[in-house]
Order: sequence, then structure tokens, then C-alpha cells
Amino acid sequence: MNEMDCKELVEAITAYLDGTLPAADRRRFNTHLENCPYCTEYLAQMRKTIARLGTLDESTLSHDARERLLVAFRDWRTG
Amino acid sequence: MPRLESTDAVRLAALRAGDEHAFAELVDELSPRMLRLARVYVTGAAIAEDTLQEAWIVVLGSLDRFEGRSSLATWILGIVVNVARARGRHESRSRPFSSLSTDDQPIIDPDRFLPPDHERWPGHWAIAPAPWPEHALETAEAAQVIREAVAQLPQTQRAVITLRDMIGCTAEETCNALALSDANQRVLLHRARTKVRAALEQAFDTMEALA
Repeated sequence: MNEMDCKELVEAITAYLDGTLPAADRRRFNTHLENCPYCTEYLAQMRKTIARLGTLDESTLSHDARERLLVAFRDWRTG
Repeated sequence: MPRLESTDAVRLAALRAGDEHAFAELVDELSPRMLRLARVYVTGAAIAEDTLQEAWIVVLGSLDRFEGRSSLATWILGIVVNVARARGRHESRSRPFSSLSTDDQPIIDPDRFLPPDHERWPGHWAIAPAPWPEHALETAEAAQVIREAVAQLPQTQRAVITLRDMIGCTAEETCNALALSDANQRVLLHRARTKVRAALEQAFDTMEALA
């Protein structure tokens, strides 16, 4: 089995994190990672980016829009 | 058929029985996610709220047909996608087509890597990723960089990264909501994440240079 290079590794990260990388590629990925501080850094940055995406401020429904929804629900119920 | 999540079954029964409290609770729980998803397809807070209203009416009208093949939340998010997409198509006639363009550029600048025929390090980093300044990612500026990078993604990539990374859906839920294959979903997610990371890298490089 040929070694995974950096270029291949960065393209495989999402599959790696999702656990969908075939077992042989997963081993090549891990072997490369053990020997490459740059890819280790890149992977860490991808993980941090993903985590930060999940902590952005959420949009909230305005009070008026919420009220309109409750009215729509009553209309639907009495249909 | 898979069994309904028990909370879903309880909620569904309450909604079908016309329990307004149960409805309000679901609205409060799901609206932030629904709004975020609607904004992938439509512009402006007011239109996003109208889209939500329309989506909820579709949800109520279809409650009897919900079979529990997915969770209630995933099913509702799928309805938001359909309603918002239809609205967005309407809207996009007057929008620049860049946001709808497909994406066929390489994901990472090929110059970041050494050529495949390099004698010592083929396919290895030519310009390695530099460590990010400590705490830079937690700043409001970084959040803004991320928002802008996401806004510039092609629409389907934006939808996938919104569902997976911002809303926290699983791959399967995302595929269901967007009617994508698992492999396609993953390719789109990877492209989107790669571009957001690259935007952060560029912003942090500039910050370092200024500091």
C-alpha cells in the first residue's frame, strides 16, 4: 500500500471525521498523521473551524412572527 | 418502519389534538434552526420569517401524513428546505447569478503542495499551515469571517454546512433534508469546510501582519 501524502490527506479529512474512510485508507491517514506535524496542525484547524461554526449566534424569531404562528395554529385547529 | 422517538410520538399526538402549548414549545425549539436554514435560500430577516410561517402551515397541513421515517425535527427541516427553495427561486430572478454558480475550482490552492514528481517530498506541503494565534478563533471578528465565507459558498454547499456544522444534523439527516446522496453530501461539506478554514487562515495572516 502506497503512503498517503499531504495533498491526499487534506482531501480525506471529512470522510475521516465522519468515519466513512475505508479501513486501509484510515490506516494510511493515521500513519501519515503520526509523522507529519503540518497535517496534524491542518486537521486541528479543521476541527476548530467545525466547532466554531456550531457556536455562531443564532437567529431568533421576532415576537410578532411568533404571535402570527400561534394565530395560524388556532386557525388550523378550528379549520 | 423505525419506531418513532418517544418524545416525537408524544409531541405529534399533542399537535394533532390541537395542543397550543405543545405547538409553541416546538416553535421555540426549532425556529432558530429553521430561520438559519431558510436564510440559505432567501435574503432578509422578514422574508425568512414569512418562509417560516409558510413552512409551519405546510407542516400542520401534513401532520397526518408524517410517518416517522425520520425525526420530527428532520422532517420539518426538510419542509423548510422545500418552501425556502421555492421562494428563493422566485427571488433569484433578480439576484446576481454568482451565488447560484456551481463550483469546479480546486478546493485548496494547488501551489500549497509540492508537485507529484518532486524528488524528495512529492505531494507534501510547499507552504505549510501556520499555527493560528491563540484565542483568535473565539473573537467576534473570526465569527464575522466565518459568516462571510459561508455566505459566499455556492447554495448547496451552504445548505450542507448549515445543516451539518451550524445546526448539528447528522450526515443522514442532512441527506434526507436536501435529497442528496451520502457521497455527494460529504464532498459538498468538505469543500465548504475547506473554504471556511482558508478564509480564517487568510484573516489571521492579515491580523498577524498588522500586529
